[in-house]
Amino acid sequence: MSARGTSIMAADIDHRALAPSLPRRAADSVHRFFDGDVFYSFRNSPVAMISFAVTMVLLILAVFAPWIAPHNTDDVSTLNLMNARFPPYGFTDDFGTEGVAQFLLGTDDQGRDILSAIIFGLKVSLEVGFASVILAAVTGTFLGLVSGYAGGKLDSFIMRIADVQLTFPSILIALLIDGIAGGLMPRALHDEMKIYVLIIAIAASQWVNFARTVRGSTLVEKNKEYVQAAKVIGVHPALIMFRHVLPNVTGPVLVIGTLSLAIAVLTEATLSFLGVGLPVTRPSLGTLIRIGQQYIFSGEWWMTIFPSLALVILVLAVNLLGDWLRDALNPKLR
Amino acid sequence: MAASTQPPLLEVKNLRIEFPTRRGTLVAVDDVSFDIAEGEVLGVVGESGAGKSLTGASIIGLLEPPGRIAGGEVYLAGRRIDNLPYEKMRQVRGREIGMVFQDPLTSLNPLYSVGSQLVETIRTHTDMSESAAQQRAIDLLGEVGIPSPKIRINQYPHQFSGGMRQRVVIALALCVNPKLIIADEPTTALDVSIQAQIIDLLKRLCRDHGAAVMLITHDMGVIAETANRVAVMYAGRLAEIGPVGQVIKNAKHPYTHGLMGSIPKLAHATERLVQIEGTMPRLTEIPNGCAFNPRCPKVFARCMVERPDLTPVDSSQISCWLYDKTMERTGSHG
Amino acid sequence: MLAFIVQRLFQAIVVMFVVALISFTMFQFVGDPVNNMVGQEATTEQRDALRERLGLNDTIPVQFAHYVMNAVQGEFGLSYRMGKPVQELIAERMPATMELVAVSALMALLIGVPMGVYTGLHRNSWLSRGFLTISLVGISLPTFVIGILMILAFGVWLGWLPTFGRGGVVDLGVWKTSLMTAQGWSHIIMPATTLALFQLTLIMRLVRAEMLEVLRTDYIKFARARGLRDRAINYGHALKNTLVPVITIMGLQIGSLLAFSIITETVFAWPGMGLLFLQGIQFVDIPVMSSYLVLMALFFVIINLTVDLLYYAVDPRLRSEHVGAGH
Repeated sequence: MSARGTSIMAADIDHRALAPSLPRRAADSVHRFFDGDVFYSFRNSPVAMISFAVTMVLLILAVFAPWIAPHNTDDVSTLNLMNARFPPYGFTDDFGTEGVAQFLLGTDDQGRDILSAIIFGLKVSLEVGFASVILAAVTGTFLGLVSGYAGGKLDSFIMRIADVQLTFPSILIALLIDGIAGGLMPRALHDEMKIYVLIIAIAASQWVNFARTVRGSTLVEKNKEYVQAAKVIGVHPALIMFRHVLPNVTGPVLVIGTLSLAIAVLTEATLSFLGVGLPVTRPSLGTLIRIGQQYIFSGEWWMTIFPSLALVILVLAVNLLGDWLRDALNPKLR
Repeated sequence: MAASTQPPLLEVKNLRIEFPTRRGTLVAVDDVSFDIAEGEVLGVVGESGAGKSLTGASIIGLLEPPGRIAGGEVYLAGRRIDNLPYEKMRQVRGREIGMVFQDPLTSLNPLYSVGSQLVETIRTHTDMSESAAQQRAIDLLGEVGIPSPKIRINQYPHQFSGGMRQRVVIALALCVNPKLIIADEPTTALDVSIQAQIIDLLKRLCRDHGAAVMLITHDMGVIAETANRVAVMYAGRLAEIGPVGQVIKNAKHPYTHGLMGSIPKLAHATERLVQIEGTMPRLTEIPNGCAFNPRCPKVFARCMVERPDLTPVDSSQISCWLYDKTMERTGSHG
Repeated sequence: MLAFIVQRLFQAIVVMFVVALISFTMFQFVGDPVNNMVGQEATTEQRDALRERLGLNDTIPVQFAHYVMNAVQGEFGLSYRMGKPVQELIAERMPATMELVAVSALMALLIGVPMGVYTGLHRNSWLSRGFLTISLVGISLPTFVIGILMILAFGVWLGWLPTFGRGGVVDLGVWKTSLMTAQGWSHIIMPATTLALFQLTLIMRLVRAEMLEVLRTDYIKFARARGLRDRAINYGHALKNTLVPVITIMGLQIGSLLAFSIITETVFAWPGMGLLFLQGIQFVDIPVMSSYLVLMALFFVIINLTVDLLYYAVDPRLRSEHVGAGH
């Protein structure tokens, strides 16, 4: 999943390699996006470059977590309670224990290395984030195309659902889906299926943005003459149209996708923090923060602060990237 | 024409408008000089992108950044106005120079009644009381031909048709009797059937109020019926300026000639319309010498290297080497 | 006007009906309420008696009718976990959540709108850039992280503010308020700030974007061409037009505040409805979940109706009798 994500990011750079495989219109639009203004604005925006670099570093950390992390926190047998509650290297806790270089960011109550836990947590958070955004993007784009093309009752039905759903905050929808799934499945199965429930719950709260944008573009294309012309020569206009709509929405979908990734990671973290997200056996950043939170009153701040910091850096970098991308693709805002 | 001892109402000298871009500075208006006498109607024609609207906007001090006046001077009744401080220039706008925009549907604030927009404008520039301003607003609405102005004054823009809204816009532009009206394509967005009415109204009102008009349009028909003199712009430069009869019947500049040839004439219905080959160059690609040289049917060697200045020919001024009797550049503007 | 309101009311009823259907379906398909309520050692008779008492032996349409009738009267059944009527539990918790949300909403509005207007008008000043940078951080900081950081800073390290609960509440009969004592305020300040921060940045960014959009319109250009004063253009013409779309979003944001209060209440152990709902999810306490859902839907529907009416008050295009009429 993370690898798939990397290729989305890579589109920023390696569009020439990507272009020949796409239909001509798509290739043209990809060229338009990345050849001129967007690339220029990227090279001239330190914020964009830094946030891109940070995102890439975090992605690499996540993808290669088992090789990069100093300790394999997934393997419970390596844990030693003797190592529990070490402060970060260079710090001394309230009881006079000094941090050691072996545990750079300290350890938790189980003796887990915080740095390693963060790296593995990053992996889990990004997996859930990418999976749910891709699911939401595919579903939303499809429904948007169908809605815009079919029009009539189907369109108003889909858009009515979207409207109603938009009035409900995404976190509530995700909580509800999670709650219902919890009721439908036995506890053990639920824990196992949790990650998929979570992905579906987050995707369900995000498809609307994609659907609305794609529907808008579809409506514009639908009334163009070439669609009518296609009808006349006997090609199914839907086919022709989708081929023209999709390249037009690449930009907006990419922007929404990037911003959605930030929201998805946040939503997952929030659900895990609330204790309805991933089980403790596969801790994401949110789970780590929840576990660590219990120890802030006893002065062991590092268990919650460092995972929080990692989460904030990840979300901030992705948000900045999305923000810049939106401005770059929308020149009138500059 | 403007050869009296008094200074002309408006005098534009060597105006130059630049747009800094990342590919270098674009010169959108280059060395444009003309003047407008009191009560005179000057038509400004040219293709879109020729710099007509920019010239108008820079006179009233509303050039939008990043565009900027890079050179030249603008005088209103002998007073230099292009370098006035913001607050002083604000007092000139509306009070001394009025403006009519292209699209009446978007020129009025949808959330305020037409009466309150009129009263606000009147009271900004005069000491009139609320009720006196209200009365003046009603009179003005009547004057621009809006039926039952006492009722209509309390209505909102969306309750007026496009033509009626443009009448309101004209009332707003004229409400404190400015000496000059800049009308930027005032009929382009209107129904053909209404265009003539609006032009008649504008002409009549400006005559009644003693206001001169700078009428920006690409419609030669409107110019022929309304203007005293015509300025023809091409690629940010003045090609020709002169009395309307002379320019239309006896165009001298090859560009103006082509422009006139493209107007259908009822009397010669069988005659083929002449079309100028090619398109106006983009601002990034203006050739050396005369900007019209790639399209000019009478181009010769000198046109490719030297840029012609405005030279008096009969009662017009032409910037074309065909009319240069000497072989040296003459710096005079007549 | 009347037709508009009737149409909106009808939409609201449809939404409520659908939500009621969903929450009723939850009862039907999610878990067995009897198993959830009685222990392992309960006899078959006991189970049957409870089943009868809960009305689970009726046909499904009858059960749904019962459900709706009860819900309309504010009865949502017994909590599986606590064995108390859900409406009592909610009534106990509602004031805490409402006060939290109201204080946050006011904070977000009173600070967010002026900041948005300022950054929209002075888009290149260093203060605007500062605001924008901070707002990006604000949007990227999850609510719970803000809460934890505040607890750590003001509760643990500085020891200035209490970190959990509502503190001294004053009983006003039906409503227990924490807004009438200094101690109550000291308790609400951190949760309310935590909750408001995200909305504040959102409102600021929205107002700014809307302001920039409006400042580009023709009628603002025309207002400038008429020589109107900057103050009149910015705060009269531009701001009023900016507020039209902002009103909708603010309505949505109040709904969002209600939802995010779940997180804030968890972090600060704030005894509100969100905490109740969260515990309901963890224990699959269907009556609590479904009644919370219905209640939220009701709030959102009311908020949306209010927004529509506000729209109506601000925008004359909706108010006129003959929209789009000609001469």
